[in-house]
Amino acid sequence: MGILHALVERLRRMIQSVQEFTLFSVDVARATFSPPFYGREMVQQLFFAGIGSLLITVVSSIVAGQALALQLARELSASGAKSQLGHFVVISEVRALGPILTGMVVAARMSAGITAEIGAMRSSDQIDALIAFGSDPVKRLVVPRLVALLVALPVLVIIADTLGVLGGGLVGLQYHLTWDTYMNGVLKYLTPKNMLVGMIKPFIFAIMIVVVACWKGFTSAGGAKGVGVSTTESVVISSVGILVTDGICTRLIFKLLHW
Amino acid sequence: MIEFRNVDYSIGEHLILSGVSFSVGRGETRVILGPSGSGKSTVLRLLMGLVLPDSGGILVDGEDVAAVDEERRRQIRRKMGIVFQQGALFDSMTVGENVGFSILEHGDAGEDEVERTVRHFLSLVGLDENLIDRMPDELSGGMQRRVAIARALAARDPQILLYDEPTTGLDPQSAERITDLIVGLRDTMGKTSIMVTHDIADAFKVGNRITMLNEGRVVFDGPAADLDRAQTPFITQFLAPFRKSVAAASAPATGVIRPAQAPPQFGGTS
Repeated sequence: MGILHALVERLRRMIQSVQEFTLFSVDVARATFSPPFYGREMVQQLFFAGIGSLLITVVSSIVAGQALALQLARELSASGAKSQLGHFVVISEVRALGPILTGMVVAARMSAGITAEIGAMRSSDQIDALIAFGSDPVKRLVVPRLVALLVALPVLVIIADTLGVLGGGLVGLQYHLTWDTYMNGVLKYLTPKNMLVGMIKPFIFAIMIVVVACWKGFTSAGGAKGVGVSTTESVVISSVGILVTDGICTRLIFKLLHW
Repeated sequence: MIEFRNVDYSIGEHLILSGVSFSVGRGETRVILGPSGSGKSTVLRLLMGLVLPDSGGILVDGEDVAAVDEERRRQIRRKMGIVFQQGALFDSMTVGENVGFSILEHGDAGEDEVERTVRHFLSLVGLDENLIDRMPDELSGGMQRRVAIARALAARDPQILLYDEPTTGLDPQSAERITDLIVGLRDTMGKTSIMVTHDIADAFKVGNRITMLNEGRVVFDGPAADLDRAQTPFITQFLAPFRKSVAAASAPATGVIRPAQAPPQFGGTS
């Protein structure tokens, strides 16, 4: 009886959380398109999300692009098709690796930062103070972060794609593949459709990262320990969410494009 | 001006307030007194509409905070300025931005006017105007609390001031400065005020009337002087440490502290 009661209670709380998250998401959507807009906060967040994530994106994309090219170059060389390296690298990079890797790296950094900051504001009554002094916390805290990441993440993905592909070219040179041959393969398959598959994802990832991170921050309770738990959950949900969303997005886009 | 009518409030299965009723007249300074966990701060959060009651009414100038929509609630909040426990200053903003937050938020004043207002309220609470560009974490606890009071006062000239444990965590000297400031504001500005505290000395110093809570229920509601005469076991027990400290302070300096033979006279200051 005790176990059943605990299960029912857990299920009830889960349903309540989903309900609250849905209402919060609707609130964010409403707040995004209605004034006031906090320009200064948006610029600050753009700096934090874009410039702050640049180094980690550059390093991870070059390393990942080279690792991918290294694996492909070995296999393609063995089967006498190393001229196809550019083709395989650009498709893997632009359609999947670039958005996923950048999304994960930025999610880890931004989710933790956003949830910890908003959670600390919640536990020190700053969120209540915002409301008490006539502000809307969703407009003031969530929207600037959302807009900033909607701008920054696609740009970071483009940078990551570019560096990943260039890193792959360097590996190609080690396998005696000329730069021209490699780039011909790259440019041939850098089609609008392939770019579309990869460039829709960062917008969806940005929305997911910010909404989840802010929601976990707003609902964190229990002081420093509670903020720590919320921050961990936020990073986990965002990271797993990116992988799941990527799979769903890819299938949907393939279906829509009749691939 | 403010009326709580039979208010119940719970979080999950925990009953925080039960059947709380009291009213505060215009210009009155009311103290909500009680031990930790008695639901005192919740009274202020309900009044601001930060949380909504399970049942009952919370009236501000005849309007029920719980019954109106969020937009109307936002307008009702504009009548109030609040000093949160520990100050709750925005730590990403300067002192000036904190004090001028409400004016900046509503965007109806120029930069010069905002700065003039901020400097005025900083000096009103006894702070150096040059602190305007400092960050909150560069200030002492007492100074932070003063900035919080300045922020509450600058909030579009509120008719109602709410103080949530304004002296908690401060050294005795800083705490006294804060209560002196609250008393000064009470006497000079004549605003309606509610102060939540567990400190009996602060309660008697600041309040015209006291509402005492225990486990979410009102156990006393009346003039501060009458609390001294209330003889319920809870009130006697709650006041005992204060009576002892008053007796000790008034004992001859023989090095021996005698137990209080009779309750000292420590009626309200109003």
